[in-house]
Amino acid sequence: MSITVRLPGPLRQLAEGRTVVDLDGRPATAGAALAALRRQYPTVYHRIVTEQGDVRPHINVFVGDEDIRSLAGLETPVVDGTEIVILPAVSGGA
Amino acid sequence: MPKSASGIVADSGDVVLMVGTTKGAFLLRADRTRRSWALDGPHFPGEEVYAVALDQRGGRRVLWAAPGNPFFGTTLRRSEDLGATWSGQQDVTVQFPEGSGLSLKRVWQIRPGRASQPDHMLIGVEPSCLFESTDGGASWTPMAGLLNHAHRPKWTPGAGGMCLHTVIPDPANSDRTLVAMSTGGVYRSDDGGGSWQARNRGVRAEFLPDKHPEFGQCVHKIAQHPARPERLFLQNHWGLYRSTDWGDSWDDIANGVPSDFGFAMAVHPHDPDTVFIVPLESDMFRCVPEAKLRVFRTRNAGDSWEPMSSGLPQQDAYETVLRDSLDTDGLDPAGVYFGTRSGRVWGSADDGTSWLLIRDGLPPVTCVKAAALA
Repeated sequence: MSITVRLPGPLRQLAEGRTVVDLDGRPATAGAALAALRRQYPTVYHRIVTEQGDVRPHINVFVGDEDIRSLAGLETPVVDGTEIVILPAVSGGA
Repeated sequence: MPKSASGIVADSGDVVLMVGTTKGAFLLRADRTRRSWALDGPHFPGEEVYAVALDQRGGRRVLWAAPGNPFFGTTLRRSEDLGATWSGQQDVTVQFPEGSGLSLKRVWQIRPGRASQPDHMLIGVEPSCLFESTDGGASWTPMAGLLNHAHRPKWTPGAGGMCLHTVIPDPANSDRTLVAMSTGGVYRSDDGGGSWQARNRGVRAEFLPDKHPEFGQCVHKIAQHPARPERLFLQNHWGLYRSTDWGDSWDDIANGVPSDFGFAMAVHPHDPDTVFIVPLESDMFRCVPEAKLRVFRTRNAGDSWEPMSSGLPQQDAYETVLRDSLDTDGLDPAGVYFGTRSGRVWGSADDGTSWLLIRDGLPPVTCVKAAALA
């Protein structure tokens, strides 16, 4: 089992067309998982996270069914088999 | 899905309009008569584009655009085939340093540098800062003198955001560059960007208790003719000004305009005394005065202004022209162009005397840049 990240449509072209990325290693938190994603697809990471290390305001990162903002943020634990889901928030549309 | 953009086919002497909107960028092409325009776009559909540019220095022909959206941030893209393809999607070249506490929100201005330095470029961004490239835009570095400026904690965002929207390098002196931000006002460096001094003397801040602070003004746009680099024209958030000393001091030139509130300003490409503006009624009602769409033109450097209305709607025109949505094309007679928040693009092929509707039905226009292809 590994930890995976499911990407929204606009980011898949930046990850060789992948919908789901299997992360290398065994990150223990959501933040560590995003850091692992950065090593594999740095451009995808920068579309999700600002240069100051914050998840962009209109991007939601889910662990299971919960937005990590309502859990422990980037310190939210992840375990083998966790799917992290990246989704644009409804607040960002124009 | 919108139809895909394929770029434009154009020859030397043709005129290209680059139009940024809240939902993508569009390219328009005409021959030098400027009577008929072909549209290509949207490029970057769904993304806002507040800055575009065409760099023709050193024999190149490079289009630049800065698409972005609230979800995934902003990128800087370039095309060497007039929009057929764009590079830069995978690049993350414009970033504030980690630990600065600042994150890029939007690129407001793409400014190719001096003709004598064809690999030098500058961009103005939100939050207010100036980035510099010395390799033709491949890599970018924030200018530390502005990044760490002592005034930064007191700069506050205007309605459009905390933006550095105007970048004016001195064509003759590579150590001098002037920028304007909203709010913050005018700053100038005379030492290659190492230090920046506020240059707002005479410019009022109607929205502050002290109407003439050292800085904090809400400057909307500054225009300059390269043949008279020391003379600058400034459209303020209430106020229309001229400086004859590179911004050391500013004098009111709102002589006969229906309002001195507005955003857009452009100087004639061949006559340094001719400047175009589109006044708006007020900060509380940001539409053209009396619902008449008029471009005001001075031919005497602001001593007087005349309304240009031929071909433009003169009733029920609730139009707004934003700060970078007015430009000229360099031909003689000059083409003058502007775009509105209602998605219309207007053009004049006779120095602004008469106008034609070039395009209707676009998304809200955020910027217009025009150029004749070399």
